[in-house]
Amino acid sequence: MKQHDKNGIPHTTPRQSATFTQDVNSDIRRAAATGIYDIRGGGAKRKVPHFDDLLFLGASISRYPLEGYREKCTTNVTLGTRFAENPIELDIPITIAGMSFGALSGQAKEALGRGASAAGTSTTTGDGGMTPEERGHSNKLVYQYLPSRYGMNPNDLRKADAIEVVVGQGAKPGGGGMLLGQKISDRVAHMRNLPKGIDQRSACRHPDWTGPDDLEIKILELREITNWKVPIYIKVAGARPYYDTTLAVKAGADVIVLDGMQGGTAATQDVFIEHVGQPTLAIIRSAVQALQDMGMHRKVQLIISGGIRSGADVAKAMALGADAVAIGTAALIALGDNDPKWESEYNDLGTTAGAYDDWHEGQDPAGITTQDPELMKRFDPVEGGRRLRNYLKVMTLEAQTIARACGKNSMHNLEPEDLVSLTVEAAAMAGVPLSGTDWIPGQLKY
Amino acid sequence: MKSIDLEAQGLRELNITLQAQSEKIEDDSWEIINPKGSHALAVGLNAPIEVAINGSTGYYTAGMNQQATVHVKGSAGPGVAENMMSGKVLIDGDASQYAGATGQGGLLVIKGNASSRCGISMKGINIVVGGSIGHMAAFMGQSGNLVVCGDAGDALGDSCYEARFFVRGSVKSLGADCEKKEMRPEHLEILKELLDEAGMDAKPEEFTRYGSARNLYNFDVDNAGAY
Ligand SMILES: Cc1cc2nc3c(=O)[nH]c(=O)nc-3n(C[C@H](O)[C@H](O)[C@H](O)COP(=O)(O)O)c2cc1C
Repeated sequence: MKQHDKNGIPHTTPRQSATFTQDVNSDIRRAAATGIYDIRGGGAKRKVPHFDDLLFLGASISRYPLEGYREKCTTNVTLGTRFAENPIELDIPITIAGMSFGALSGQAKEALGRGASAAGTSTTTGDGGMTPEERGHSNKLVYQYLPSRYGMNPNDLRKADAIEVVVGQGAKPGGGGMLLGQKISDRVAHMRNLPKGIDQRSACRHPDWTGPDDLEIKILELREITNWKVPIYIKVAGARPYYDTTLAVKAGADVIVLDGMQGGTAATQDVFIEHVGQPTLAIIRSAVQALQDMGMHRKVQLIISGGIRSGADVAKAMALGADAVAIGTAALIALGDNDPKWESEYNDLGTTAGAYDDWHEGQDPAGITTQDPELMKRFDPVEGGRRLRNYLKVMTLEAQTIARACGKNSMHNLEPEDLVSLTVEAAAMAGVPLSGTDWIPGQLKY
Repeated sequence: MKSIDLEAQGLRELNITLQAQSEKIEDDSWEIINPKGSHALAVGLNAPIEVAINGSTGYYTAGMNQQATVHVKGSAGPGVAENMMSGKVLIDGDASQYAGATGQGGLLVIKGNASSRCGISMKGINIVVGGSIGHMAAFMGQSGNLVVCGDAGDALGDSCYEARFFVRGSVKSLGADCEKKEMRPEHLEILKELLDEAGMDAKPEEFTRYGSARNLYNFDVDNAGAY
């Protein structure tokens, strides 16, 4: 680069704009070339306050710890104790979130079932219905009841161990779904009763109810059809957690699933993923507050999802008041998604391992988010299941390690008082004091 | 015929009794008295039985029905026969919103009028309406047939896929990607069968067929305004 112009006057150092960054400019060029918004998988990639901004205090003179490996720290959880005859009993408080068959291959669904069952937890269907692979390999299977109702039928409904009425997803509060034509194979088309190869849209709103009063009647219908046997979850995006939790309880939910903006999706507009919804950290306390205000905390269970990666995240979510967590993206990574071993193929797709998010295009080198028979062959569901089981076990051990250090003989005894925050923002969102102070921003002291 | 008094026996007993017919048919003809506009009546049935409901009903009557014939001798609330798989649901009066929503099979006959979103997201069900229907009928309709002997409201068949619509009267407006179609002999035949089965006194030749123009099936920036 030349340092001076032809008259010998020095150039200023070229300066990139903080507003028009390289990323932004590439978005503009992409939009200009295609005329369509960017659709991708995954959750919000922007940095938002998260569990990393919280720390546990551990034990000290005023609180004594439990002996690692010797003294018990239970991890089991029972979901759906409010109305259901058969609540779901899980060994660990980490469940597998709903991910659609269609977005994922049949083998990937099988692997999720294998891994979750081996670790003593549940899996969840998704938009696109229940597959035999998943039902067959999941000891506990939650059946999603979605606006699209693809593949929805009373026989599968009755095979479910729980029903999850999906109102929203953290990646796209208020948004519907999208499965591009490339992924509509014969099998997917058949299950959804749609022509092959078309872009398939999933509605954003349920077709036969609007509002909490209708939802209450819808839940009555689902309970009547399933004989009041199985728990009914309501999944909402982290938008207005206090009111949504209140209304879900009013509508008769046994369990509330609350999904923050980092939560993954199979395919959504990037603008939606990055600009709508609240961070996972910011939604937990107000949902818990809503439950407490109704005297329903621990009676209606709360499952938190959106960016859960480790046992530390699990422990933090539970300390803030959750009964369990759900994972989507992390489970896919455990199965082998975005593995650097496929780097050259990611490069061919214009991306790199870790950043690959065009799951909707069906060209996943790892053979997980695809319906292409050749790519699917790369993925071994038995091996995938084993890897997921390992990962779930590690997360559980990590969470127990923290809980014992805090002197808890059950994961459910973790509490907000075990936490401090590293930043003012996270302190305000999580309702725990800023480290080194007794200051919880946003809480009045008079 | 066996009779169930909803007021005396309650909803739980009503549905348990009728659902149990899928294991062993006690009687193939049932009557429900005192329905009083209650919700979730006769839901999740799966047996070739006949159920007559003596009066009007609330939400989701005969929801997810399989095989059974459910006859409402009155009007039905929102979501009647939602997600029906097979069998027949007959409404003597009018039906509220979302009649036959997401239905996958079977026949829904509404002798009176149906409100908005009739046949929304229909996936194979056949719906025959003696009167008129409201707006947004068959929104995102995937397959099956919607027959309207009267008029259709605004935005008929918006964003529909392969569902077919037959309307005898006027259509206030067509929804995005829904267009008037040629009525070919095979369509007249389907229509005749449905009208006969529904017991409607109307001639197939008097109807106009509508369906998807299939322009929105794969994204095209030039159609962006229609999405
Ligand atoms: C590939 C993929 C497919 C998904 N499909 C569905 C779906 O069909 N229904 C749904 O409610 N959520 C769906 N989700 C969202 C998950 O259920 C869950 O809310 C989210 O993944 C949790 O956040 P995490 O990915 O950070 O763990 C999907 C997520 C992914 C990654």
